[in-house]
Amino acid sequence: MKKFLIALLFAPIMAFASGSTAHIDKWPGSVSDKAALQNGAKLFVNYCLNCHGASYMRYKNLLDLGLTEQQVKENLMFTSDKIGELMRVAARSDEQKLWFGATPPDLTIITRARGEAGNAAAGADWLYTYLRSFYRDENRPTGWNNTVFENVGMPHILYGLQGQQVMNHETHKLELAVPGTMPPAEFDKSVSDLVGFMVWMGEPQQEFRRTLGWFVLAFLAVLFVAAYALKKEFWKDIH
Amino acid sequence: MAGGTFEKYKSDGSLAGNALEWVDARFPATSLWKGHLSEYYCPKNFNFWYFFGSLALLVLVIQIVTGIFLVMHYKPDAALNANGVPIAFASVEYIMRDVPGGWLIRYMHSTGASAFFIVVYLHMFRGLLYGSYRKPRELTWLFGVGIFLVLMGEAFFGYLLPWGQMSYWGAQVIVNLFSAIPVIGSDLSLIIRGDFVVGDATLNRFFSFHVIAFPLVLIGLVAAHVLALHETGSNNPDGVEIKANKDENGIPRDGIPFHPYYTVKDIVGVVVFLMVFSAVMFWAPEGGGYFLETPNFYPADPLKTPPHIAPVWYFTPFYSILRAVTYPLFGLDAKFWGVVAMGASVVIFAFLPWLDRSPVKSIRYRGPIYKSLLTIFVIVFFVLGYLGTLSPSPMGELVSQICSVFYFGFFLGMPWWSRMDKFSPVPDRVTFK
Repeated sequence: MKKFLIALLFAPIMAFASGSTAHIDKWPGSVSDKAALQNGAKLFVNYCLNCHGASYMRYKNLLDLGLTEQQVKENLMFTSDKIGELMRVAARSDEQKLWFGATPPDLTIITRARGEAGNAAAGADWLYTYLRSFYRDENRPTGWNNTVFENVGMPHILYGLQGQQVMNHETHKLELAVPGTMPPAEFDKSVSDLVGFMVWMGEPQQEFRRTLGWFVLAFLAVLFVAAYALKKEFWKDIH
Repeated sequence: MAGGTFEKYKSDGSLAGNALEWVDARFPATSLWKGHLSEYYCPKNFNFWYFFGSLALLVLVIQIVTGIFLVMHYKPDAALNANGVPIAFASVEYIMRDVPGGWLIRYMHSTGASAFFIVVYLHMFRGLLYGSYRKPRELTWLFGVGIFLVLMGEAFFGYLLPWGQMSYWGAQVIVNLFSAIPVIGSDLSLIIRGDFVVGDATLNRFFSFHVIAFPLVLIGLVAAHVLALHETGSNNPDGVEIKANKDENGIPRDGIPFHPYYTVKDIVGVVVFLMVFSAVMFWAPEGGGYFLETPNFYPADPLKTPPHIAPVWYFTPFYSILRAVTYPLFGLDAKFWGVVAMGASVVIFAFLPWLDRSPVKSIRYRGPIYKSLLTIFVIVFFVLGYLGTLSPSPMGELVSQICSVFYFGFFLGMPWWSRMDKFSPVPDRVTFK
């Protein structure tokens, strides 16, 4: 009987488990790697921030990456001179819509939005794969297509670094036709850093949140011992 | 027990004693304290399942206190800011990033919403296990069902406020359900929205309901729920009436004062609960994408319908029942009957005291029929809940139809099957197990 009931519980789950379409690589980075995050920030302001905003994020939050105010102002701020400003995009959204067919989404919390039910961290994996999956496609207005986001409006903004990939229609795999300034392994590392920065930017206090959790749990553990002893003492005569 | 049968406080001559006597002559302080705490007698054999009432109260307090602080920075405004983001959505991110400690308060509130339902579902399940809804506690149960309904409304209104994609389209779908009601439907949904689509007017009225109207009703119902309970006294895992066996002082032999016994015991429950709550809040505040649905990290866009609109997990069992109804009847379309079925699936809990005809209250003395049907009911509830998170599919429809039939069959067949079981003798006194 019990086995039958358990089988009944899981039957629909198995019936609905279906595979996803494109293969998604796992993001290999970590948000605790400060040097990687700094590199990611540099890539982000140089390549992404021209079209995409990060409009919930302030430049001063970048100080948490171990940078000084001077370093942030000189290397990471191009559109503003106030450290407390939001990381806005310079381009106008109505014009962008005309150019790309859609307004490029704000990227502050994009890694969180790209998560999935059951796997909230899937957004980083998706972005890490997406940014490395552009290929030449003459049928697209931008000349670029993407294997994980078909007919995407965004052109391959990092092609100078990665080079140009083409689709091999026999193997259905991407091949590097024109090399970029970075060898593939270095490019993958750079994309990983960039994604890491976006994961961090999605919730800049996330490391602190996780650390604070340990202190709170430790406090509650001590409180539990005291509360349990108190209960035992009061209840010792109740039978 | 509760009521004004306690003697007024007599001062011992000290300053504090005089003050208390002065107050007690004008306010039922002693009577309230004794009637509801120090001389309110509870069965001594409460088990694990009896923690969830006090925990529900704790979560209510957490939600109210964190809510007060969130309202200080949240802005219910659907207009776009200079960056093209709705002000309401941006204000939530402002709380998460720029308000000191704001992220903690916000995660407490969002985790608290899911925790509230987990605790309340377990609290209701306790009622099913031990027949707590049976005579003489029908009114306690009815107030409880009222709390559950208001809580669902409160959660629904609150979910619109972050003004993300799922907030927006979830509200759109649910409010549209009312338009399936014949004759008055379309006007009714218009009145609820305050506009022809979900918009700024909807956001503002939902905000008002969420922070004022529904919390007030909720607190009132909770007070009534506790008062009604204290009038009859608590049930227990044996389903034995402890008031049937009193000592020479009129105190139930199996009763112990709520304070200090259950206050110290509930503190243990509170600490364990807070450990689980904190683990989620600090290490997985998205609840795996179920407590905070990931599409809700995109601001609401009235022009872009998400491919799959799923309600938050605590509504999904009832949502599955709604989707399971696919047949038109009496010239009214399936959507209307789906709404009726969904409403009925929640309200039917209110009839439990009169549907259950078993001679014993507790599952401990009921037979295999109740034990197996209740087990299947729990499984069905989980399956419906899981299916409600998925996109519609033929297989899902079939499974949720089978589950829905069982769901209603469980309640509607209860007057018959609850009598047929094999019962074992109920002891005179409570037991520890």
